[in-house]
Amino acid sequence: MAGQSDQLVKPGIGRGLLDVYGDRFLLKLLVRKEIKIRYRGSVLGLMWSYVKPLMQFLIYFIALGIFLNLERGTPNYAIYLFSGIVLVNFFTESLSNATRSIVDNRDLIRKIYLPRELFPVATVWVSAAHFLPQLLVLIGACLFVGWTPSILQIAAAILIFVMVAVLGTGLGLMFGAVNVYFRDSENIVDMIVMVVTWASPVLYVWTMVERVMGEWFWVYMLNPMTVAVEVFHWTFWEPTLKANQPVSDTMPPDLLNFWLPVSMIISVAILFIGQLMFRRLSVHFAQEL
Amino acid sequence: MTSHGHVAISCIGVRKQFVLRHTRSLKEALVWLVKGRKGDLSKKFQALNHVSLEVKQGETVALLGLNGSGKSTLLKLISGVLQPDGGTVRTRGRVAGLIEVGAGFHHDLSGRDNVYLNGAILGMSEKQIDEMFDSIVEFSEIGEFIDTEVKFYSSGMYLRLAFSIAVHTDPEVFLIDEILAVGDEPFQRKCIAKIKELAEKGKTLFVVSHDLDLVATVCERGVLLEHGEIVMDGDVHEVVGELRRRSATV
Ligand SMILES: Nc1ncnc2c1ncn2[C@@H]1O[C@H](COP(=O)(O)OP(=O)(O)O)[C@@H](O)[C@H]1O
Ligand SMILES: [Mg+2]
Repeated sequence: MAGQSDQLVKPGIGRGLLDVYGDRFLLKLLVRKEIKIRYRGSVLGLMWSYVKPLMQFLIYFIALGIFLNLERGTPNYAIYLFSGIVLVNFFTESLSNATRSIVDNRDLIRKIYLPRELFPVATVWVSAAHFLPQLLVLIGACLFVGWTPSILQIAAAILIFVMVAVLGTGLGLMFGAVNVYFRDSENIVDMIVMVVTWASPVLYVWTMVERVMGEWFWVYMLNPMTVAVEVFHWTFWEPTLKANQPVSDTMPPDLLNFWLPVSMIISVAILFIGQLMFRRLSVHFAQEL
Repeated sequence: MTSHGHVAISCIGVRKQFVLRHTRSLKEALVWLVKGRKGDLSKKFQALNHVSLEVKQGETVALLGLNGSGKSTLLKLISGVLQPDGGTVRTRGRVAGLIEVGAGFHHDLSGRDNVYLNGAILGMSEKQIDEMFDSIVEFSEIGEFIDTEVKFYSSGMYLRLAFSIAVHTDPEVFLIDEILAVGDEPFQRKCIAKIKELAEKGKTLFVVSHDLDLVATVCERGVLLEHGEIVMDGDVHEVVGELRRRSATV
């Protein structure tokens, strides 16, 4: 910044997400503030980020695993279920909080110029801070039942984490910006959040979908969250299966060599479009809020 | 008179209009579209009209005008919060808007956390805040309360801390909107002394205040806005006199 101080520049015209990278210190403080404030006055504090998904897990496990007996056909169904839940939670929390982030920070945005992308990006980091403890629980459970992942599987899971963060940021930028003009955006996102848990193979297995959709199964695979959840299953669930627990088709065909690159391209494209929309709309944030 | 250098703020033919929208819901917007866009969903309001203005580095300018004449709007355009609908606004060097002290404060954080957060929001680096921290606390007279949550501060303490952070950000251009009357009498005097000190150091000041006598002692130049247009630009005493005359006849 100091280098430009001797030139006349137009104020309030930033470089979007690049500015966020330049402002990492402020980003760090915003993330820390969010986490502090989220759990102010609560005894359990960050522990709540374990309690909520565990509760969710128990409900699904009892209702679907035991009552509907999905556990029978899917060995280690608990691991299968939990690895999907934590990832989908990371996505839905990122998206719904990013959508609200601009309106929630209206007092600041109306008075001081900041790269506005900071707010959605900060919420995605906060979601990541909630995701990591859950991931540790998942890894603990995996190790308990004998988890032997390959390096490639670990690398794929990290890649998926980044991809879901990119997807959440991209959609968060879109819906967060639109939310300034039409508060309906929040309701649309609430609906997406509800659908996502069911529109990806978190609770059931992909072969059930293929049986119904037949040659249209590729439509289901276009959803990046489907691919993300399947790769998480490949990393966390498949290596826990013993030789005497055979599952015929653990993964959809061409998951890694075709669908993974496709969903990465889709996610990056959504981030790109989200940034473009955000830039167009953010010009008038201060006066519309 | 101090000698002035480069242009610090340049506004050329700046226009700003606000849309007074009646709806925030998609439903009403859709109904309006379906009904063939009958009627107006929004009303336009011209807040600034062809404002051209140049402020040199080191100048101290008072922006004067009645309520609603567009003073805050102009400051927000210069700070980058708003973008003009026509014309160009350009600035040189770091601009800090003391548009509202404590805008970035969070009630549930301690004074210390707020110093860091607010400092970073106003563009300071971690190192700068570390170095300035003691000086910020000293100027604010907050003392041992610095580790108390801000919601337990009195309004005076709150404003003092916020003002103290703002004046320590050390930008080249200061935009000050209606915040000179901060806290109690003694602290107000201290604030004004600090602002005069900034002016003497060669900082560019662009000040909006209702306190005309005060503004006349701090600034050299006055700019008078009326209904979004500049109607007078000159020595601050003359402009203050003109404003007094105009408000007397209203
Ligand atoms: N975000 C906004 N949306 C609509 N109208 C606005 C907005 N901000 C300011 N205005 C209008 O613009 C005019 C100028 O406002 P302002 O610049 O705040 O005046 P001043 O600071 O001189 O009192 C006022 O009539 C105000 O109602
Ligand atoms: Mg004002």
